[in-house]
Formats: sequence, structure tokens, C-alpha cells
Amino acid sequence: MTTTVAPLDVETIRKDFPILSRTVHGDRPLVYLDNAATSQKPRQVLDAIVRYYETSNANVHRGVHSLAEEATALYEGARDKVAAFVNAPSRDEVVFTKNSSEAMNLVARVLGEAGPGYRVGAGDEIVITEMEHHSNIVPWHQLAERTGATLKWFRITDEGRLDLSDLDSVITERTKIVSMVHVSNLLGTINPVERVIARAREVGALVLLDASQSVPHMPVDVAALGADFVAFTGHKMLGPTGIGVLWGRLPLLQELPPFLGGGEMIAAVTMERSTYAEPPHKFEAGTPPIAEAVGLGAAVDYLTAVGMPAIAAHEHGLTEYVLEALSSVEGVRIVGPPTAQDRVAEVSFTFGDIHPHDVGQLLDAQGVAVRVGHHCARPAVLRYGIPATTRASFYLYNTRAEVDALVAGLAQVRKVFG
Amino acid sequence: MNIESMYQEIILDHYKNPHGRGLRDPYDAESFQVNPTCGDEVTLRVAVEQDRIGDVSYEGQGCSISQASTSVLTDLVTGRSVDEALTTMDAFVEMVQGRGKVEPDEDVLEDGVAFAGVAKYPARVKCALLGWMAFKDAVSRVEGAAR
Ligand SMILES: Cc1ncc(COP(=O)(O)O)c(C=O)c1O
Repeated sequence: MTTTVAPLDVETIRKDFPILSRTVHGDRPLVYLDNAATSQKPRQVLDAIVRYYETSNANVHRGVHSLAEEATALYEGARDKVAAFVNAPSRDEVVFTKNSSEAMNLVARVLGEAGPGYRVGAGDEIVITEMEHHSNIVPWHQLAERTGATLKWFRITDEGRLDLSDLDSVITERTKIVSMVHVSNLLGTINPVERVIARAREVGALVLLDASQSVPHMPVDVAALGADFVAFTGHKMLGPTGIGVLWGRLPLLQELPPFLGGGEMIAAVTMERSTYAEPPHKFEAGTPPIAEAVGLGAAVDYLTAVGMPAIAAHEHGLTEYVLEALSSVEGVRIVGPPTAQDRVAEVSFTFGDIHPHDVGQLLDAQGVAVRVGHHCARPAVLRYGIPATTRASFYLYNTRAEVDALVAGLAQVRKVFG
Repeated sequence: MNIESMYQEIILDHYKNPHGRGLRDPYDAESFQVNPTCGDEVTLRVAVEQDRIGDVSYEGQGCSISQASTSVLTDLVTGRSVDEALTTMDAFVEMVQGRGKVEPDEDVLEDGVAFAGVAKYPARVKCALLGWMAFKDAVSRVEGAAR
């Protein structure tokens, strides 16, 4: 961090999250370290959702009654908030989806059906990386299968960084789309996406960034990043489940064909044919997740009020602390970058030859919630020659004391397995 | 809930000192089972001699629950008639799928009763059954071939 920001008042923040005061297994305080899977929700988000249902519930963009107008204003207001949060040049570039997975599927689907300029077809190349989440792998497998395009990928290094030594041979004139993760949910790596985007620009390829793990944890400016599409998901950023975002450059969204068909996404329908609405509605068929959008808007307000630079700084401090703490535990091997540089507070590790399932279960018995398994990034886990990892992932409300609880928990695991 | 109700001494003993481990010849059928959510896997062979389970041998990797339950399995079925072995298997499956409500019969399940605690952890039931699914599959292959 080059700029200094005031430290977070974590004790006050924690009071906003009702779930953080519960206990598990009797009287164990909950130590929630599974934020990369999903975040907890502050009272402000829960209240916004309840208030919406209690006072303004109606369908959006249809009807002239007061409730319909209020609901529409709230839903579209959430779009404004999200657009401002990621510095989108236009609110019409913010498409609401179900989650990141749907956002990325949308892009993969419409690229297979696009007009000649953007269409991915036989002989074209799709580029991803070895550290992708399954939701940024499978849609491209499907697109390649449908179209006869070829899938290529960047490898990753022993230290959990992207290997860009073959940048110019992986991304070539044949590349139509590069889709990559901004921050890895398995390794915690912050990828140097600027380099990849610059190369993609040289060859005229589109770029989709999976920002599921970056937008919640650091300031993200889509205009400055320079990608064509950015996907993220509400539930990992204090919002509810059931709402995600696809940001896309407006001219692209205008040119690409729609994804799903139905109400809301049309201009006019006759029995013979349909014409389509302008973005973003073109990509939002059917009644959208209205309450969820309202909740996401409240989450964005909350994050903005706390301050994304302050959140990133707090988590950077936690990253340094947890890396240091874990590397002093005998038997722990960190899977991912060993230092806090270009890295977030998501730490995967193995613990001697104790299976992650056993580690996770015994940590849970002590109130420490972590995730175990392949984290929907199986190719990357296999790359490190292991079947699974234990992952501790942090957010704005986590403390160093919780890192200490993790370390103490591991000592207990060691005791049982001797 | 006390975690010791799951990680009993018996389970840890079987995990650290597994019985019957290693793949052996001769055998009549082999089955490979994997739990896709966690990557636990087991390869298990059975040899059947005149309707009796002659030998069960296996290799695998995974959590203590999956590996220990396979070790217990070899104790419970080796030397038994195929019918007895399958009855024991049914009792084991019923216990771990019973959400903690099935009282296990120690005469039938012996060390297997240690897995009763697993029933309270739905995410781990599949681990406890991995080896047993391989056994069931291998036996049905032997019987299929005999028919
Ligand atoms: C990097 C990354 N991409 C995509 C996803 C998928 O998010 P969702 O399940 O909300 O679609 C996740 C979360 O699991 C993730 O961590």
C-alpha cells in the first residue's frame, strides 16, 4: 500500500454482522474463515431486503402503480450504485445476473452466436489459465465443443503465480477471447492482468475478467482495467445470494445477441419475430432478482462507507500476519505465493499428511470454519500434486485474534493425529 | 457435540495401522471408487472361494474416515460367506446413513460401531461408505461373472 488509510474499526464493524456473535458446537465462538466461499451479511443489507418486501414489493418495469414505481426505482438505483462502485462509464453497462457463473456463461454463450466480428468458431482460439474456477473453465469447454474452437491456457508456477513466459505464443492472431481470473480463489494470487490485456489488444482479442474475488476485497475500476467484460457475484461482497453482475463495454453489449429470451428483454414481439431491448435489459430476461439487487445495492453502500482502500489495507495486514503465523506451524505447506505481495488474504495449505477433511472437521469442532477440498479449481490443485487443500479466507471483519485461533486449532488437530 | 464422538481411538488406530492394505493377487474382481467432491479414492479387490470372501485387498488415499472404514471392512468380511458379508454391509450402511438414530449392533459390526458418530456429519457419510461401495461393486462383478 502506498497511500496510508485509517485502520478499520473492526470491533464496530463486527457489531453490524449478527451472525458473527453466534456460537457453534455449544459455546465455541464462531471464527468464520470461509469468506472466499461466501461472505456474511451486515444488518444494513438484511434490513434493506426486509424493508423492500415490507414496503415496496412489486414487479419492475411494468405497471404504473406506486409500488411498481418504487420497486423499479430501487432496482435501477442498485444498478447505479454498482456502476459507481466499479467506476463503470455507463450504468447501462451493468447487467444483473444470478451470479458470476451465469455472467461468464452469458459471455461464452453469446460469443458462439455472435455476428462475424466477435463470433467464436472453428479454428479460433479461446485462452484461459490453469488457475481458473470451474465456472470459468466449463463454459469454455462447452463453447469449444459447440463451435470447434480450440482451448489454450497459461500455466502456473510452483509459487502460485501465472506463468506468462509464453504470453506471445499463447495469445495469437487466432485468439478470439481471453478469460481469466483477476484474483485466484485457490491461491490468493492477484494476477498481472494489465500485461495480458495489453497482449490481447495487440491481436484484437476480447478479455473477460473473473473478478469474483477481487471486487469484494480491493478497489476495482473497470474503466482503468481495460478489459471488455468483468464478472462478479453479490454473495461474496456482503450481498445476498442470487445476484451477480456482468459489466461489459456498451458497444459490445449493443452488438452481441441476447442470452435468454423472455419478458423484459424485448423491444417488440409479434407472432413472427422479436426485436430486442437495449442493454442492459436485453440480457435480463424475465422478472429479475429485485430484492437481491436491493440487497446488493445496500452492500455496495456499506463497502463504500467503510472504504475499499481501507478494507484492502486491513486485509493486506491480515495476509502478512497469517502467512507468517502459518509458516511457523510445523508441517504446514502453503499452496500459493509465500509473501503478501500481489496476494489477498485467502490462504490454501496442506498440513503434514493429515487429510484436509480431517483438518477442517477438527477445526470446526473448535469453532473455526474453513473450506476444504479442491475449491472448484481442481486442475490447479492437481497441478500441485495434491488432492485437496484447507483454505482460510478473510474479510473486513476478521481479526488477528482469529488467525491465532486458526493456529491454535491446528495444534489441536496435530494432537489428535499425533 | 463432542468431536471425539467421531474421531474415536478405534478409527485413528485403523487409519494409522490399516489392516489388509495393499493390492494382492489372485483376485476375482476389482473396483475403483472416487468421491468427486473431495477426491478420496480407493481401489479394492475381492477374491471369492466357494461363496466365501477369501481375501479383500485395497489401496487408496483420502481422509481418516474413508481409509479407516475400509480397513474395518476387511476385518468384517474376510472369511465370511458372501451373504453374511452383504448383511454386515447393509448394517453398516444403515448405521452411517441413520442420522444418529440407528443403534448399531456391536456383535455384527465390531469395530465398525466406531463409525456411528459419522452419521451426525452428513458431509462425511460418503467418506465412511467409499470402501464399502467398492466392495459392493466388486462382489456384484464376481456374481455377475459367475452367472
Ligand atoms: C474465482 C471465482 N470465480 C467464480 C466463482 C463462482 O461464483 P458463483 O458461484 O457465485 O457463480 C467463484 C466462487 O465460488 C470464484 O471464487
